[in-house]
Amino acid sequence: MQNVADRFKPVRTFALFLLSCLLSCAFALAARAQPGSAASSIPTEALIQPEELVRIVQSGKSAKPLILQVGSNVLYAQAHIPGCEYAGAGSTESGRQQLRKRVDALPRNQLIVLYCGCCPWSHCPNVNPAYQELRAMGFTKVWVLYIASNFGTDWVDKGYPIAKGG
Amino acid sequence: MKKAVLLILTVIVVLAVVARRVGRDWVPVKVHGAKRSDNRRLAPDFSLPDINGQKLSLSSYLGKVILLDFWATWCVPCRGEIPRFVELQNKYGDRGLQIIGISLDDSPQPVRDFYQQFKMNYPVALGGAKTGDLYGGILGLPIGFVIDRDGRIYAKHIGATDISVFEKEVKALL
Repeated sequence: MQNVADRFKPVRTFALFLLSCLLSCAFALAARAQPGSAASSIPTEALIQPEELVRIVQSGKSAKPLILQVGSNVLYAQAHIPGCEYAGAGSTESGRQQLRKRVDALPRNQLIVLYCGCCPWSHCPNVNPAYQELRAMGFTKVWVLYIASNFGTDWVDKGYPIAKGG
Repeated sequence: MKKAVLLILTVIVVLAVVARRVGRDWVPVKVHGAKRSDNRRLAPDFSLPDINGQKLSLSSYLGKVILLDFWATWCVPCRGEIPRFVELQNKYGDRGLQIIGISLDDSPQPVRDFYQQFKMNYPVALGGAKTGDLYGGILGLPIGFVIDRDGRIYAKHIGATDISVFEKEVKALL
């Protein structure tokens, strides 16, 4: 009986090693995720693609969404989507306070589109905190513009309309 | 059984430490948006306040190979590049490399704090929309320009760029 146990000892050790590796990987992924800031945690159904938003902006419909840039003020001043407003950086408390102040009086079914475009999507520190803030305030129609690389590459370079100034 | 538990705990701790480090420093190393031109245009001059309030102008570094880095403290890929730039400045500073950072933060204090924390060894100016416009629009971060000794733009890199790319270009110009 002792011999059988000894024979399976290396297998058992290897299995335990594999298990510990899996646990460690899960731990590592959790460490990387940084809940609260990662844009990738915004649900897919809340995303809008640039070409879709261009159609809405350029359409003759009177009911346009409220478009808010929640990233860098310097980037906003260089170029932004026509009609959009700067609403503070979503990654900072002061920015979120500015955002809350801007939308506080609005009906909770107001369609709001948020965007940033400072950095590649997975690194954007601004859009998810701003999105979560609006959701927590009870807004039911919040979309986030999916910008894969940055606003320059995914909007300006494609010839989509822009406005300048702070 | 004790041995097995000890083994599991050891592996978890080691991998967790490695994972934390990777998580902190990780930036994509793909190179994208690199544009290089043989018909080099002059890098626009600017005069901006640095983090101590002193004027910093590009023209005062004419004759050096310049790596002009547009960045911000809140930009994750930018933060990943800074320690590599510090190393590059250390390595090639004596041979004529001058790295200059232009922060696009909305206020100077986070930049001052970051400068101390990351032990930055090259000047950092506080830029704005006008500086961005001068360079064709800085509509995403980071963006790096490699400028030759005559003050002409040799390369532009949009997005996080592997330091080996910058090093290769800098060496070619030194």
